[in-house]
Amino acid sequence: MSIQTWTYIIVGITFALYIGVAIMARAGSTKEFYVAGGGVSPLANGMATAADWMSAASYLSMAGLISFMGYAGAQYLMGWTGGYVLLALLLAPYLRKFGKFTVPDFIGERYYSNLARVVAVLCTLLVSFTYVVGQMRGVGVAFARFLEVPFSTGIFIGIGIVFFYAVLGGMKGITYTQVTQFCVLIFAFTVPAVFISLQMVGNPIPQLGFGGQMEDGTYLLDKLNQLSVDLGFAEYTNSGMDDRINVFFITAALMFGTAGLPHVIVRFFTVPKVKDARISAGYALLFIAILYTTAPAVATFARTNLIQTVSNKEYDTMPSWFKKWEDSNLITFEDKNKDGVIQYVADAEMNELTIDRDIIVLANPEIANLPAWVIALVIAGGLAAALSTAAGLLLVIATSISHDLLKKNLMPHISEKGELLAARVAIAIAVIFAGVAGLNPPGFVAQVVALAFGLAASSFFPAIILGIFDKRMNKEGAILGMIVGVLFTSIYIWYFKPQLGGPGLPENYWFGIKPEGIGVLGMILNLVVSLVVSRLTPAPPKEIQRLVNDIRIPRGSSSPGAAH
Amino acid sequence: MVEKKLQQYWNRNLRYLLILLSIWFLVSYGCGILFADVLNNIKIGGFPLGFWFAQQGAIYVFVILIFAYVYLMNKLDKEFDVDEK
Repeated sequence: MSIQTWTYIIVGITFALYIGVAIMARAGSTKEFYVAGGGVSPLANGMATAADWMSAASYLSMAGLISFMGYAGAQYLMGWTGGYVLLALLLAPYLRKFGKFTVPDFIGERYYSNLARVVAVLCTLLVSFTYVVGQMRGVGVAFARFLEVPFSTGIFIGIGIVFFYAVLGGMKGITYTQVTQFCVLIFAFTVPAVFISLQMVGNPIPQLGFGGQMEDGTYLLDKLNQLSVDLGFAEYTNSGMDDRINVFFITAALMFGTAGLPHVIVRFFTVPKVKDARISAGYALLFIAILYTTAPAVATFARTNLIQTVSNKEYDTMPSWFKKWEDSNLITFEDKNKDGVIQYVADAEMNELTIDRDIIVLANPEIANLPAWVIALVIAGGLAAALSTAAGLLLVIATSISHDLLKKNLMPHISEKGELLAARVAIAIAVIFAGVAGLNPPGFVAQVVALAFGLAASSFFPAIILGIFDKRMNKEGAILGMIVGVLFTSIYIWYFKPQLGGPGLPENYWFGIKPEGIGVLGMILNLVVSLVVSRLTPAPPKEIQRLVNDIRIPRGSSSPGAAH
Repeated sequence: MVEKKLQQYWNRNLRYLLILLSIWFLVSYGCGILFADVLNNIKIGGFPLGFWFAQQGAIYVFVILIFAYVYLMNKLDKEFDVDEK
């Protein structure tokens, strides 16, 4: 059977599974819609968090980016895992003890201010929306290959599926569907990696195969280093070593941003107890680590295979996968010297081959001549990743509107049913906007998502941390800190991104820091402003100080939303 | 909970955090970034060491750190009698 047929079958089965689970677990109350009723086991929460976390960016884009970046790709590997340590140690247990529904809930109450809540809502919308746009691009890429259609059609189909899915499920449906999606995506990611690792170095464990020896005794990484240098690229294991200031700042922006992302934080509201929140963060990272330690291996295998397949080979002898990706405009060949042979080199003048980095994971099994069902499985995994994350994000967006804006601010007397309806309508609108914006995002999937992290790092992370660890932190400090952090980060990002209309040039980066890493400076600014302003303005009221004392102790944790 | 005991509990928590987060920083920003080029002179199998920390090793340490924290906090909660029943 052809790849296409297998794809229809496997993807069809997985979709049926998700819809089935979503229907069985559909939400009937706001508590179920927002926090899955508060009864999710730590293990299930770990899997759901991992699926929610591993988006189209992690699955499709990251290995591709690493394969082109070499060593510097570590900024994504460490950046997107290290934040879980921060979450587990500094946030999750306390927020669970706090026990409400959303991050703006915490900000609004801790800082005894509706203005704070509104600022938090705006930050949530900004962060989540940027992130979901990146997902839409990932969905478009996966569908483009699946249906072999142009990218834009893929986006429209993606919008439709996510829409149905998110509106029906709410958090309860989404959680259990994410558990299913986790199983699909982790299986789909590791199977080809195992096959290819066996092929190239004779070791079925990709994490070990990565450092293994090929048939002729040379270490794979040494071989890749040699191939890279021969073509004019930097040595793979040293690539980007000269730009470590950006590796540092981007890694940091991603780590701190992780711990400030509303759609991740809210996952820790769904478990029964504080100790469950801590351990589910451990499980989440364990599951995430399976993919994240496989991905750099995949990147190395892919890069080596790619170079060996295309470099200095005749264009006419290129295999069918090459032609198919050309049809989707994700590979382009320009025979500059008209010799019919592909020159794939670092020198931009002489280079004839352009490859979209987002396709590496999908193309890898084809390049390695794996059986058709494996390739179809990878596609199903990519879709699982994109759908699970998109759903989580859209839910946060909708919740911000229905719960934080409407119920807690503009329409306090709205009924439970009214709130649920508002949430569903909000998701619908958000999906459409996200899809349209996904047609022209500022960079590859992983890079779009990296922007969202900078915003989260500079707005929420400091506000929440200070709320827990600094009893003197008051509303004036927090609000001003968030505003300054977000404004600084957004303006810097806008200014230096031509796709957003910004006029800035790379030579004018502050300290040489790219927009993706500037969130760290935004975070520091937020911290400084918050600390200074809070000391110049009145201390928080006594009952808030008591609130802080209370959230620092596990005992007495109640069902989420109890005082709602 | 009595103010003094709360403070003691909290201080122990902060101490754990300081230790664990120092390791977190050292293994990622230290070994994986700042000292990566120096460490790359050492090879384990096919891996230059700095590269290995940056692309794999740091992640293993992160997972261990979280489970270490869970273990320590469960013990601490029991010791101060603030664990959830």
